[in-house]
Order: sequence, then structure tokens, then C-alpha cells
Amino acid sequence: MARSHKPIVWGLFAAGGTLSAFVLPVLILLTCFAVPLGLAPADLLAYERVLGLLGHPAAKLAVFGVLFLVIWHAAHRMRITAHDVGIRADTLVAALCYGIAAIATVAMLIVLPGL
Amino acid sequence: MSDRTVELEILRYDPEKDEMPRFETYTVPYRDDWVVLDAINYVKAELDRTLSYRWSCHMAVCGSCGMVVNGEPVLACHAFLRDYPARIRIEPLANFPVERDLVVVIDDFIDKLGSVKPYVVAKEEKSVDEGEYIQTPGELARFKQYTACINCLLCYSACPQYALNESFVGPAALALAHRYNMDSRDVGRSAREDVVASNPGIWECSFVGACSEVCPKSVDPAAAIQQTKIASTADYFLNFLTPWKKT
Amino acid sequence: MSRRPYKREVSKGGWWLTQPRYIRYMAREFSCALIGAYVLVLVTGLWRLSEGPAQYEAWLARVESPAGRLFAVVAMLFALYHTYTWFQVTPKAMPLAVNGKKVPGAVIVLGHWAGLAVASVLVWLLVVN
Ligand code: SF4
Ligand code: FES
Repeated sequence: MARSHKPIVWGLFAAGGTLSAFVLPVLILLTCFAVPLGLAPADLLAYERVLGLLGHPAAKLAVFGVLFLVIWHAAHRMRITAHDVGIRADTLVAALCYGIAAIATVAMLIVLPGL
Repeated sequence: MSDRTVELEILRYDPEKDEMPRFETYTVPYRDDWVVLDAINYVKAELDRTLSYRWSCHMAVCGSCGMVVNGEPVLACHAFLRDYPARIRIEPLANFPVERDLVVVIDDFIDKLGSVKPYVVAKEEKSVDEGEYIQTPGELARFKQYTACINCLLCYSACPQYALNESFVGPAALALAHRYNMDSRDVGRSAREDVVASNPGIWECSFVGACSEVCPKSVDPAAAIQQTKIASTADYFLNFLTPWKKT
Repeated sequence: MSRRPYKREVSKGGWWLTQPRYIRYMAREFSCALIGAYVLVLVTGLWRLSEGPAQYEAWLARVESPAGRLFAVVAMLFALYHTYTWFQVTPKAMPLAVNGKKVPGAVIVLGHWAGLAVASVLVWLLVVN
């Protein structure tokens, strides 16, 4: 039997899953609940401020790294879940899931350097 | 014998008569220290001699009495009647074809087990005169838990991925592959990887974890498979980075 | 005696409804839908950011609308469930031994929660200050 190429997508899945576990809760907290709950200043997500935050290359790299791995984690798990609920068109499902993750990746690559 | 009774709803299938399996109900008096297997033995001895099932040791070591009791795969000799309601449904292990009554066909597992080389592949064969292969307690500890497997197949019965895709090598066989991979005396890992790291090998597993929950010997096949995934992924990228090295 | 093994069918789409442990598994797997969608929202935000203040404010307004908040609450719940389940199985996937002695799984799990606390505080400080 041939050895599988799954390590590529599984590696992304595992790395993204770990990263998601550690930082997604605080990211959701910051982007959605910190201001309404009064935990952070009201201008936390203001245009100028967010641009300023992303001004540093290290910040860009961190944002890209996290969102990239987490979206590939989600895409791979979605593919498996589709199979689990009885959808057998795996090639199509894989193309769709990984395609969306790829589009998000490319979008970030286009937009992040210019911010 | 006490006056308490339990109703056993047992799956029956006679390939010579039945189109498909059916259930038959037996009323069995029982004692507090009886296990499900005792009740089934009572049925066979007193009520219906045609009932077929497998058992041998009556002490959770031979692995032959696996069945599904009230939806859960268990060893019938390891499941006390007193822990169940008054009506118990007994079926053969799920995910295997039914040969007759509670007996299933396990050829598929036997083939897969053989395919992962579940034995020590030594670097060089030694004759008995040359003595044993030495191993430290620490080296033993790395794989000891996986040696406890009794091939009872409860894990295959619990595994939805095996249910959905019977080409999946499955929990116990992969756990045993890992057991030998982790053995300091063994050099067979690379040969095993051809089966273990193929698509129907570890990559068919989505870590449901049901295998480990039902395993009566705490083998934890799910853990073995995850560890194998990590090791195989590391191999894959290492091979990729060092293409001149052929494995 | 003739052999005629009987194969029982498994529901390809409904098997996971048959046992609580399978339902828990599916809840864990389904967390990826919310997690993925949330990342897509953030990526959209980055895109809008590049289009100028007006576009960005419009995106922010949608995130802060009642529907956006509801979505965030659900996403948060699933993200936390993902974190919980991921930490829970880490000792299985990556067992640890110190001086040849196995580190108890609970210790590894606790260590991960401590790591989460540290990472959260760090990210918070970096973003808020
Ligand atoms: S791993 Fe456990 S459940 Fe599976 S065959 Fe071995 S002892 Fe039985
Ligand atoms: S009879 Fe041997 S394991 Fe149950």
C-alpha cells in the first residue's frame, strides 16, 4: 500500500487546532466582547487604531500565521465531518473546503503587506 | 438460585433457516454475582441448546466473549447482571458479519492484524543459545500497555470509521503495530509503515476515541494511533526534506 | 452446513445519533464550522480595512449588530469546546515522561490551561495597550 500524503493536511490541521485552542477564545473576546463588556477602551477596534496595531511587520506575521493555520484546521475538519454525515463526494468536498481556506490565505497575502 | 429473574433478548440468526436476524426472549433466574455470560450459559444449558456464542476463559483474558449488551460492546464475562436493568438486549459485535447467533466472522481483522507484522522484527536473528534480547524496564514501559490487548474486538465494534469504511485497518491492529514500533528490540517500523501510514491505515481515524472507552484492557488504541500520526507526519516531512535518503 | 454470514447495514448519515459519545464527537468536530466562519469574518475585516475607513466601519457595524453578537456568542462557545476537547486528548497524542516516569495526563491538561491563560493575557496586553 502506498504511503499517504495526508500528513500535509493533517499537519496543518494539528498545528491550527493547537493554535486555535490557545488563542481563538481571547481573539473572539477582543474582537467582539471586550468593548461592549467595558473591559477595554471604546476605541479598541477603531480604524486608525487597528491600522496602527497592524503597522508592525511582526504583528502582520502573527495575524497571518494564526488565521492561516486556524482556517486550514477548520477546512480539514470540515472535510472529515462531511464524510461523517454521509456525504461521499470527497473530492468535491475537499476542493471546496481547501479552496475556501486557500482563498482566505491568498486574500491575506494580498491585503496584509499594504496595511 | 435466587427468585430474581432477568429477561434476555438475544439476537438469533440461523443461516440455514433465517432470512435475517431476529430476537428471541428468554427469562433467566440469576444470582447477584452472575455476569451476562452466566445467563447465556444458563440459556444454553436449560432453555435452548441451539444458541451459538463464543467463550472460553470466563475471566477476561481470552477475548472471545465480546458482544454488544444494551448497545455497548462488552466482554460478556466481565459484565455483571446486577449493573443492568431487568431487560437486557444481547447482540453480536457490531461491524462484523454474523455467522450464527452471537458468533461473528472476524477474518477481516485477522488479515489486517497479520498485515502490520505484529511480532518483533529483530535486526539480526539470534539462536536460543545466544541468549535473550536484553531490554531495560524503561524500554518496556514505553509499550507495555499495548501488550495487554486480548484481540476481543470491542474496539472495532465501537469504531464508527470502521463501520463506515471496512478497509480501515482499525484500532487494535494499529495499536499492536505501535506496540512493536515502540519496542527497543524491533526494527520493523519502516516495513509496517507501508500499511500503517497508508490511507486506510492511521489516516482513516478521526479520533472519535470510542475504541479506548470500550477497551476492557485499557490499551488505549486511540492514543496509539494519534502517536503514530505524529510520528508518520514527522517522517513524511523529513523524507521530503531529505529526498536523497531512500526509506 | 452452509455458510451465509449476515451483514448488518450502518446508516451512513445517521450513525452518530445512536450513542451519546458519538454526539459529543460530532459536537467537537462541528466546532470547526464556527471556528472557520469566525476566521473568515476576521479575514473579511482585514480586507475591508484595506478599502478605507468607510468600508471598515460598515464591517464593524455588522460585527457589532445583534446578529453579529449572537454569532460571536455561538462561535465563542464552540471555540471553548474545541479548546476543552483539544487539551483533553493532548496527553494521549503526546504523552510525556520525565526520568522514565509517565507524567499524569491531568498534569499535562492543567499545564495547557495555564498556557492558555498566559497566552490570553499576552495577546490581551499586546492588543489593548
Ligand atoms: S485494543 Fe482493547 S478493545 Fe481492542 S481488541 Fe485489544 S483489548 Fe480488545
Ligand atoms: S470468556 Fe474469555 S474474555 Fe470472556
